[in-house]
Amino acid sequence: MPEWPLWEIFVRSQHGLAHKHAGSLRATDAAMAMKNARDVYTRRNEGTSIWVVRSQDITASDPAAKDELFTSAAGKVYRHPTFFPMPEGVKNI
Amino acid sequence: MLFPYLLRFADNGLILSQRLGEWCGHGPVLEEDIALTNVALDLLGHARMWYGYAAEVEGKGHGEDDLAFFRDAGDFHNLLLLEQPNGDFAVTMARQFYFDVWHVELLRALSGSSDVRIRGIAGKAWKEAMYHLERSVDWVIRLGDGTAESHQRMQVAADSLWMYTGEMFEMDEVDKQMLAQGVGVDLAALHGPWRDRVNSVFAAATLTVPAATWMQTGGKSGRHTEKLGYILAEMQHIQRTYPGCTW
Repeated sequence: MPEWPLWEIFVRSQHGLAHKHAGSLRATDAAMAMKNARDVYTRRNEGTSIWVVRSQDITASDPAAKDELFTSAAGKVYRHPTFFPMPEGVKNI
Repeated sequence: MLFPYLLRFADNGLILSQRLGEWCGHGPVLEEDIALTNVALDLLGHARMWYGYAAEVEGKGHGEDDLAFFRDAGDFHNLLLLEQPNGDFAVTMARQFYFDVWHVELLRALSGSSDVRIRGIAGKAWKEAMYHLERSVDWVIRLGDGTAESHQRMQVAADSLWMYTGEMFEMDEVDKQMLAQGVGVDLAALHGPWRDRVNSVFAAATLTVPAATWMQTGGKSGRHTEKLGYILAEMQHIQRTYPGCTW
């Protein structure tokens, strides 16, 4: 049997605002991936919404290119909003 | 009459759950292994609710475990269909599909029972049964309308279990009395919707609906195939050896 395609599963949790990567699984198509995701990743009542994406459709950055991609940002502390007092009552930052 | 009536639903859930549990660690793929055992746990949950209520109605101080572990095959009232062996994945799915279509209709009907406890259990179980049905419909169509081999296996499975489907719509004395009291449902009336769904799913699956045949009967009154004895032996032997043991 040829191996089924791999899918990446994203679940939005009960209180979460964004879908988070939950893991991956195998399925022949999107409909099956959705059902499998429901059974594998939300059976302990974790989710309110599910996204499924074919793993091959995700373009990932090259781990070897870490330096040129990310070190420049590391030296620019002023890009972090840490120099301001955070107003009371601001959430989700 | 209410006690044996409740036991039927409880035993259906327990026996099918036990059968599905046999797939644990043996599923065709990891995802399906988890999905099948999820269904098994849902059904066990339903069985526990039915046993809990049945034990209260019986009023002999028994609990759900007594009913599950200390009755012999002749005192079990599940449908013969549900004790049939898993076979290949197609057989498991044919059994599940035949049952799920019926189960959804049954629970929908029981939601209108005059008994408030039955209404409550049926309402809770119905949502899960709907998902089970979605899954089994999906698999029957995928396998039926799949490769030459999956089609052939699905057709063989559908044919081989057909003779156990008639029992679901039989109305015996217990059923008739429960219906007359407004507690139970008219099982014969479920046959029309059940058959319509089977026809439409089999059409989509390019499967042939099995021809009319002799229908097996007896599960509801405790006359079982020899397969139930093996299920109970495995399921009950710990409690029979060490009564009341927990872990």
